[in-house]
Amino acid sequence: MTTTALSAAPAVHLDAVVKRFGTVTAVDGMDLRIRPGEVVALLGPNGAGKTTTIDMLLGLAEPTTGQVRVYGHAPHEAVAKGLVSAVMQTGGLLKDYTVEETVRLIAVLFRKPRSAVGEALERAGIADIAGRLVGKCSGGQQQRLRFAMALLPDPKLLILDEPTTGMDVGGRHDFWTAIRQDARDGRTVVFATHYLEEADAYADRVVFVRRGRVVADGTASEVKALAAGRTVRATLPGAQPADLSRIEGVESAEVRGDSVYLHGRDTDAIARHLLTRTPARDLEITSRNLEEAFLTLTADEK
Amino acid sequence: MIPLELRRLMRNKRTVIFTLIMPAAFFLLFGSSSDYRTERIGDGGNVAGYVLVSMAVYGAMLAATSGGAMVSLERAAGWSRQLRLTPLKPASYIGIKIVLAMIVGAVSVIVAMTTGALTGAELPLHAWIGCALLAWVCSLVFAAFGLFMGYLLPSENVMQILGPVLAVLSFAGGLFVPVDQLGSTFATIAQFTPVYGVGEIARYPLVQDGNLWVASANVIIWTAVFAGGAAWRFRRDTARV
Repeated sequence: MTTTALSAAPAVHLDAVVKRFGTVTAVDGMDLRIRPGEVVALLGPNGAGKTTTIDMLLGLAEPTTGQVRVYGHAPHEAVAKGLVSAVMQTGGLLKDYTVEETVRLIAVLFRKPRSAVGEALERAGIADIAGRLVGKCSGGQQQRLRFAMALLPDPKLLILDEPTTGMDVGGRHDFWTAIRQDARDGRTVVFATHYLEEADAYADRVVFVRRGRVVADGTASEVKALAAGRTVRATLPGAQPADLSRIEGVESAEVRGDSVYLHGRDTDAIARHLLTRTPARDLEITSRNLEEAFLTLTADEK
Repeated sequence: MIPLELRRLMRNKRTVIFTLIMPAAFFLLFGSSSDYRTERIGDGGNVAGYVLVSMAVYGAMLAATSGGAMVSLERAAGWSRQLRLTPLKPASYIGIKIVLAMIVGAVSVIVAMTTGALTGAELPLHAWIGCALLAWVCSLVFAAFGLFMGYLLPSENVMQILGPVLAVLSFAGGLFVPVDQLGSTFATIAQFTPVYGVGEIARYPLVQDGNLWVASANVIIWTAVFAGGAAWRFRRDTARV
């Protein structure tokens, strides 16, 4: 790490953040640092605390304990300075305004020149519908309008809360094309999603959140590695993990009671070994896809 | 921001009809008969003029209330939350809503007064100016009322509730029918309702009669009640969202 990177404030710094609503703990001791320029996916099931975390990053909610810093500032200061802006999931638009008027109003509030309005509309790909009433725009168009509004202050950090919920495939593609084009210029992007393919395709780093905590954190390729391979389950009483790990092709082994779980790429070879050299029975082979990795990491214990 | 907000308001046909056209139309329906035009009142006015002032008050009231009540719709739409992601301070937002309410209120008073002047209402010059100004300024109490209700009621169509409420309050406060025509018990009760003070004060330049102290106390107390209520809900709102 270079000295400049050390001295620069992180784009996002959550330090032991807890947020309680009455008896409900939405965020339960979250630690997270995001470096400038990263594109990070917050991945987790509904109720994992993603939206609460985003609200705290934007100063819309105060943490019960712990500290939130955005580029070294308190969130509400960062918002007022235009360092951070957000594309919210729903709402936040008035249907009696036209697309252009909505963006112009935000421009007035940030004291940006009139030219910034056209530029934001252009970048969000909605310059052609500038004169349309917001109420007459499709869901995808409204989402790109929210994106244009978020672009106006030219923020260093852009936060997207489940930005493509309710969009069709085409709308989702167009939206992400616009975001990616924009992120290429070095903007830090944090997006919450429960679409795995979105996290995989668009994030440099994936942060798994469950029950208000970070349960896994890695690059997108690490996440893919997590998802590679298959699992052989078999009934094999008295098996020792150390013996199982020595079987050719086994990358990791687990023993739960009489069941053994062997993970690896060449599951055929593992199965052949179990059936010919051990008394193992009831074999099952399942693939560990991203979905499963996601579920394992994020599902609530029953 | 205000020019943009005004443009949006004028796009809403319901606002235009209820706040700008209806008070003038009410005057034409109820206040401009030939009897009212010939019967004199005060020093140089006619009954049509008296009714006109009441209608101007009613229009300013409706405009101010609906201006304040805009916060209800904007909260429901998530717009106030969106604005919190800008440098706009919540207090400035409220200030802008009040200014808007008062601009629409002024337009409403001017439309009603112009309609009246063209269709037979007569007022002495000082009353034309005085009544119009007082009707407008006193409608501030209803901007506070609209804000309070806008924060209190979650409904998207809060004016569908407040419109009838204002009509009832206008009857109760002697705006549509003079209170002394309704019996003494009613007249006593009327003094405590929020429309009473505004109507009495606005008509004073014409009739030069009635108890200004009671009317002023009425306006001041109700403004304090509504503004206090709005401030209370506003604080809760900004703490939570």
